[in-house]
Order: sequence, then structure tokens, then C-alpha cells
Amino acid sequence: MRVDGTFIGIDVADAIVDDSAIAAKLREVCPVDIYGDAEGKVQIVEGNVDECVLCRLCIDATSPEQVKVLKLYDNEASLA
Amino acid sequence: MRFFEYEAREIVKRAGIPVTDYGFTTDPQEAKEIAARIGSSTVIKSQVLSGGRMKAGGVKFADTPEEAEAHAKDILQLEINGHMPRGVLVDPKAEFEQEYYAGVVWDGTRKQPVMIFSPIGGIDIEQVAEEQPDKVGRRHFSNILPFGDFEAKEVIASTGVTGSALNKLTPILTKLAKLFVDNDMTLAEINPLARMADGSFIALDAHMDMENEARGRHKQLLKDLGVGDDETREAREPTAFELAGEAVDSQDHRGVAGNVTEFDGNLGLVIGAGGGSLTLFDAVRKYGGRPANYCEIGGNPSVSKAKGLAKLVLSKPGVDKIAVMMSIVSNTRVDIVARGVIAACLELGMDPAEKIAIFRIPGAWEEEGFKILEKYGVEYADRSVSLHEAASRAVEKIQGAAA
Ligand code: SF4
Repeated sequence: MRVDGTFIGIDVADAIVDDSAIAAKLREVCPVDIYGDAEGKVQIVEGNVDECVLCRLCIDATSPEQVKVLKLYDNEASLA
Repeated sequence: MRFFEYEAREIVKRAGIPVTDYGFTTDPQEAKEIAARIGSSTVIKSQVLSGGRMKAGGVKFADTPEEAEAHAKDILQLEINGHMPRGVLVDPKAEFEQEYYAGVVWDGTRKQPVMIFSPIGGIDIEQVAEEQPDKVGRRHFSNILPFGDFEAKEVIASTGVTGSALNKLTPILTKLAKLFVDNDMTLAEINPLARMADGSFIALDAHMDMENEARGRHKQLLKDLGVGDDETREAREPTAFELAGEAVDSQDHRGVAGNVTEFDGNLGLVIGAGGGSLTLFDAVRKYGGRPANYCEIGGNPSVSKAKGLAKLVLSKPGVDKIAVMMSIVSNTRVDIVARGVIAACLELGMDPAEKIAIFRIPGAWEEEGFKILEKYGVEYADRSVSLHEAASRAVEKIQGAAA
């Protein structure tokens, strides 16, 4: 599942979208409410995507490659 | 926050400085009763937060209580510089021998209050300072330690005042200094401070201005004076543009963006809060630019808040371009502001490269911010370009576009 704003793109691996524990974790860690967890599924709040502060907390809360934060203004460079 | 004259008098009175037996009212009949109580000629003064009262007919003299009532009725309906009066002050028409001046102002450069005294009162102290500088005494003082009698005497004596007047003025100045510090004033002025026939001194008029941020510390005083929490006491009502700015700023708790004051120029400003914004505003004017607004942005606003401010400024009729400038910032992310202002242009269907005359915000996350600006072709400057240079480039650009 990928959602792009103007500056930031969020890509969540399909394999974890239905994981309620990960959904809750992502919702908890993101300081600018980019993730929701309605019905135990990962959601990306489109209106908040460009608010991403590049803090990496969502990446650190998941396994490698499960969540990607992409800088659309920098050739889609991925926040590693 | 400015106080009405009747409130300033009350503050002076509470400080133990003698004032006249005045009365404040909103009712002509009560004005008559106050004049009868005073028992001599009176002066009826409109209570507005605006200068030029005398010229506008807002100050009138009355020999009888009936005359006082009639004047009060007229003055209460008289608009002065767009302000309706809060009420009228009924004051005894004082017969004095000499007018003096005593005031305390905050010196922002020295970060200390300064006591100013002159034996020439009743006119602007600036005029006295220009025409007879030897008749103006000044002394900075601590806002922690009490202002002592010797300090007051030094200021008074420096203007040539001696003897009984010096002794009687001393406690008035020390009380005024205490009033200033205790009430977090930025201005506490008694003008005129009159010497009466018996040698005593009375405050005939006073101007008080309290630091806005200190209002919370003086709730009781403000309550006693009847000042409502929502009274801004600004010189004029906010414009629709300024109200829209307030709405942007209250959008969320993050940072400040949207605190705007409207002007009629063509260069919109999205500029940093604090001293930087004042410097930048002045710099734009110095280079011949015409600011469309003054504003504050800083403290890490959200992208949407920065966008809201930029959209507001860009949508203002007459605005051709915006200049996005700040001093070096550590508490506001450059990339977040860059996203906000570019998103504003895009949402309004404008080309950021064309609409943003210059982006000069060096500081936290600037490399990321510059990448964003580069992508959209916006001219940006780092800390090697001074605030003045950035302002002059923005003015050149807008003037070039208009030519
Ligand atoms: S990097 Fe931080 S702000 Fe961005 S989506 Fe992840 S948790 Fe949210």
C-alpha cells in the first residue's frame, strides 16, 4: 500500500497491512498521525503524509523493508 | 496593553501618588452628580484609546454641573478616530502653578527601565528633549532592586529642581518606579504632574501600558479595573485578513504561523518571528519594497500551518510575490517551511519559482529544505547571504517584475 503526498510517499508492505499489532504500533509511534489502525489494519492518512518529519520511528518499529518513507523531491530517496 | 486614562489614574492612585478627585461615568446624569460633588469648574474628557481628543472636541470645560451633563452627553456620542468612547472622565479644572513630567519606559536595548523627569510638563517629552535637553533627566534602574530615594533625587536634581519641590517629588518618582516594575508596565507616565499653589504635587493625567504577556500575572488588577479577558486594546479593529491569519495560527498547537498585520504593498512576507521579522520588514522598506503584511512564523509550525499562512498572503489582493525569510533558525525546520510555502503555491495554481521571490531560511534541516526548493526552481539563499541582502534581492525581483 502506497500513498503519496506532494513531498513524501509512504509505502507499507502489503504483507503487514492486516497485522493489527503493527497497525497499532505505527499509529502509536508516528508523531504527526500519518498512520491509522481502524479495524486492526494499517491505514495511511493521506492528508497528513506531507507532515512527515523524517523521524524514522515507523521504520524502526517494523522489520526492514516493511515500511518505506520516500522523499519525492529527492528522486524518491528512501529514508534508511 | 494600553489603559484608558481613568484606569491609569486608578493605577496611579493605588500606588499612593496623589490624583485629583475625578469620577468616571457612562451616564450624563451621573456626570452632573460628579461635577456637583467636585463643586468647582470641571473638565469632561472622552475616554478613548486614541490621541487628538482635544482637537476632535472630546475634551470640554464646564462651569456648572448642568454644563458638565450636557458636555458628557455630547462627548459620549462623539466618535474619535474611529473609536466610540468607553465613557467620560469628570475632573476638577485644576489651578496649578507649574506642570512637570515624570515617566518610566522600558529600554529594550539596555533591558532596564529608565526614569525620565522634566520640570517642563504638559507637552510631549520628546519635544522638551529636543528643544531643552538640559531640562530632561534620565536614569536607568534595576528592575530587581528597589528604586531608591537617592536615585530619584539624582534624576530630579539633574534638571535644576531643588529645595522643597525636590523633596516632594522624590517619593512620587520612587512610587512610579515601583508601580512600573510591580505591574509589568512598558510605559508609566504622569504628564502633567502639577505643582499646586500650596506646593503639593498632583497627577493630572497618566498613561499606562502593560506588557501584553504579563496580563496573566495581573488578573486581580485587571478584574478590579473591569478589563475583560477578550479586550485586545489594539489601536484598531483587526481586518478580515488579520482575522484569517489568527484562524490559521489557531489551526493547531505547533509553532506560530499566521500572526499577521496588514499593509497595502505588493510584496507578501512570510518572515521569522522575533527581532528577525522586524529587521526583515525594515530591510524590505529600506530597499524601496512595499510590504503587503508583517507576520510571524517560527517555533516549528506544521506544514499545513505554514501552507495556510503562505496561501493567505499569496491570496491577498495586490500581492505579486512573497519573500520567505528568517534569521538563522534552530527551532524551526527549513524543510517544513519550504514544503508549506511550495504547497501553498501549487494549491493556488501558481508556479513556486515565479511566486517566491526569495527563500532565505538557514538553519535546522536546511540541506533537506534546499533540495525541495531546488526541485521547484525556487531561488534560495543560505547563511552566507545576509538578511539585508536577501531583502534587497526580493525587492529587486518584484520591482523587476513590475517594470
Ligand atoms: S518517519 Fe516519522 S513522521 Fe514520518 S511517517 Fe515515519 S513515524 Fe511518521
